[in-house]
Amino acid sequence: MRAIVTVIGKDRVGIIAAICSVLAKNGVNVLDISQTVLQEYFTMMMLVDLSGCEKTFAELTRVLNEEGEREGLSVRIQREDIFKAMHRI
Amino acid sequence: MINIGEILQTIEMIDQQNLDIRTITMGISLRDCSHPDIKKSCDKIYDKITTLAGRLVETGEEIEREFGIPIVNKRISVTPLALVAESSDGDDFVPFALALERAAKEVGVNFIGGFSALVHKGFTKGDRKLIASIPEALARTERVCSSVNVATTRAGINMDAVRLMGETILKCAHATSEAGGIACAKLVVFANAVEDNPFMAGAFHGTGEPECVINVGVSGPGVVHMALKSCAGEPFDVVAETIKKTAFKITRMGQLVAREASKRLGVPFGVVDLSLAPTPAIGDSVADILEEMGLESVGTHGTTAALALLNDAVKKGGVMASGHVGGLSGAFIPVSEDAGMIRAVNRGSLSIDKLEAMTCVCSVGLDMIAVPGDTPAGTISAIIADEAAIGVINNKTTAVRIIPVPGKTVGDSVDFGGLLGKASVMPVNQFSSDAFISRGGRIPAPLNSLRN
Repeated sequence: MRAIVTVIGKDRVGIIAAICSVLAKNGVNVLDISQTVLQEYFTMMMLVDLSGCEKTFAELTRVLNEEGEREGLSVRIQREDIFKAMHRI
Repeated sequence: MINIGEILQTIEMIDQQNLDIRTITMGISLRDCSHPDIKKSCDKIYDKITTLAGRLVETGEEIEREFGIPIVNKRISVTPLALVAESSDGDDFVPFALALERAAKEVGVNFIGGFSALVHKGFTKGDRKLIASIPEALARTERVCSSVNVATTRAGINMDAVRLMGETILKCAHATSEAGGIACAKLVVFANAVEDNPFMAGAFHGTGEPECVINVGVSGPGVVHMALKSCAGEPFDVVAETIKKTAFKITRMGQLVAREASKRLGVPFGVVDLSLAPTPAIGDSVADILEEMGLESVGTHGTTAALALLNDAVKKGGVMASGHVGGLSGAFIPVSEDAGMIRAVNRGSLSIDKLEAMTCVCSVGLDMIAVPGDTPAGTISAIIADEAAIGVINNKTTAVRIIPVPGKTVGDSVDFGGLLGKASVMPVNQFSSDAFISRGGRIPAPLNSLRN
């Protein structure tokens, strides 16, 4: 299953590292990253592959949210299908 | 590859513009639950619902988590109960409503629809018993919803049923007088009712439907409103295009969730209902969309045209986004459930007469309207007759969900809580319709029913 991780928060050093280490720890493979800074807000999206992840979707969501809270970031993970359905015919 | 702008747009729609899946509704046939012994029939109903819908709420929540889109309601619709209950002994059908309530509580859904009868051409014995049981059934339950179909384009209008429903609505109000007549908020009187509507209070599982089915209702007035803000001052061609594109995106969410729910529950997918359904939340209003088009306040001249455009564009955009479109599919205008509509009533720009005109061009009808508690039954029946006539002549579904609020008069307000919202009591015409309603009989099917 593929999913999109979005991270939004105040820009500073180490955001990508923090999120990626959580993903790596859980066997989630990052397929693509795109990021931008709008005003001072850091916005990142990652396309990830969950096939090697041993946690359930709900558990992975929880650990990502916890990491987000620790780092002061809004982190969410959603299945890729929702974006494809909305934006592609 | 999806780009970052598209991802942010989706997230913004969900986070800031109240985009949600309004309901996943499981339709369940109860046709095999009849039994001469009323208690056995109720047990069969309870067992069947709790078996088939046992995982409905859990599955809805799973999908919600994985896709990151709120699914506000998980609900159940069942075969019109009059059909199931008819073979049972006894005159009182309230035990069936209590069985539905218990089943709904057990599986955790907030509404169960189908305490219903279809009487557009006449009553069976079971239909009469069911309608007589409605006031007590709705007063003694929280989650059970009831509907009665009194007219179709093919059959005309059953004016005996129209008269009976006016009286029944008053009884419902009295039976729940300490709660503002809330039973009336769970009772819909239809013309041309549809068999696959996922929205409450009018949902039932029609006789042409399969054993079990998943229907999904989407929503998103806030998203359409926001999209229209970007085309201020543009001509209507641009407005219509913008609504179509937005409706497409909203409906694709519904289609995705419907397919996913159907797969996980092992139940066939029925339809996506393309209705724009408001909630009392700020920024989730159909009235706001109409005002964004340039009306100072909903209900003023131009409102019907604005609503016609909105309703049509939503369907055009939505229909390509889903494999099967059905249900009511149109913009809803439930007054108490739409903050913008309530605002318009309070400042005197929106009347029942204008709402009636609006129902000619949208789904569904005079919905969640509070009127004075001393409104005569004949007047309520006449309001139903007018709506039924609009539906029958125009080949569309219309409905009346009206609450004569006990002890309240014009200008008072009543709070039903939650999704049902808060209503201001609106004036009705003071001249009598009693002699008209007391005629009874049937208004014949119109010429346009003869289509073969």
